[in-house]
Amino acid sequence: MPSTNDRWLDEEAGPVVRPYALTRGRTRPSGERLDLIAIITAVRGARTNMVGLDPEHRSLLRLCRLPMSVADLAADLDLPVGVIRILLGDLRERSLINVHNPIPPARLPDPRILQEVVDGLRRL
Amino acid sequence: MAFAGSERAGDPADVPVVIKVLIAGGFGVGKTTLVGSVSEIRPLRTEEPLSEPSTGVDVLAGVERKSTTTVALDFGRITIRENLVVYLFGTPGQERFWFMWDELTSGALGAIVLADTRRLADCFPSVDYFERRNIPFVLAVNCFEGARCYEPAAVRSAVDLGEDIPLVMCDARQRASGKEVLIALVKHSLETMQRQRDHAEWATAP
Repeated sequence: MPSTNDRWLDEEAGPVVRPYALTRGRTRPSGERLDLIAIITAVRGARTNMVGLDPEHRSLLRLCRLPMSVADLAADLDLPVGVIRILLGDLRERSLINVHNPIPPARLPDPRILQEVVDGLRRL
Repeated sequence: MAFAGSERAGDPADVPVVIKVLIAGGFGVGKTTLVGSVSEIRPLRTEEPLSEPSTGVDVLAGVERKSTTTVALDFGRITIRENLVVYLFGTPGQERFWFMWDELTSGALGAIVLADTRRLADCFPSVDYFERRNIPFVLAVNCFEGARCYEPAAVRSAVDLGEDIPLVMCDARQRASGKEVLIALVKHSLETMQRQRDHAEWATAP
């Protein structure tokens, strides 16, 4: 068993476990792990099929009416990424969301996108 | 914050292109400052099971996946245009959180390694990490007030930085300066990818 002297469990490590009450103790999502910048969108009509969903699931579906990244969802709902992943896993199992995995930079359809990023940064 | 766009969620044409950039470097080197100066910064909490195998700690055997610790990350976003967004992630400085890097670096365009000339050795592990994995990176020397300013060539030699790795002097507090560092990284990644593509074409030429 980890003791309270375990080097992980100091103040810097932050609070342990509490947010996982929302996930009924689950610490791993169902299905493949969602990338931090995977884009989530609610499927059309998802909000008519929310029976049995928790308030946090509903909040996620509401936010995902427009495309949202996993990291943005975690920051918006002020919940740890792991909790968001588990809740999104539930929604994915019920086919209420679409998951769009990020395209690796080397496989971007158009290399001009990165030049566009450079130009956009200059304009900031 | 949601992406702009219609509510035709699910149409692939509406899915934004997202680009991930990491900000690495030792503890207290100015990573949070840099993310904050160039982007809309928000705290992000992530969490890792204490029994993650790569910790190399065996004493937790038998309690797999039962305990989780929360790690705070700096998270910023820069909207280039509708449906084109750059995400910045500040990597946790403490070495014990290094196992998280593999996830953070997956699919990243590249990394900015921040260095402080007063504690130059603090950036060595980050430089090693990105070198070994062939992840494009630039070294940005954060010129702290009161710190002696070194010539870029002296820093390059002290870090034993490859000639092809850009080195930028910066002030992480200044937006304009932070922008230059980011631009240097995107250009470097672009050139690296172009070189790899050319090489692949050359290698497969008849």
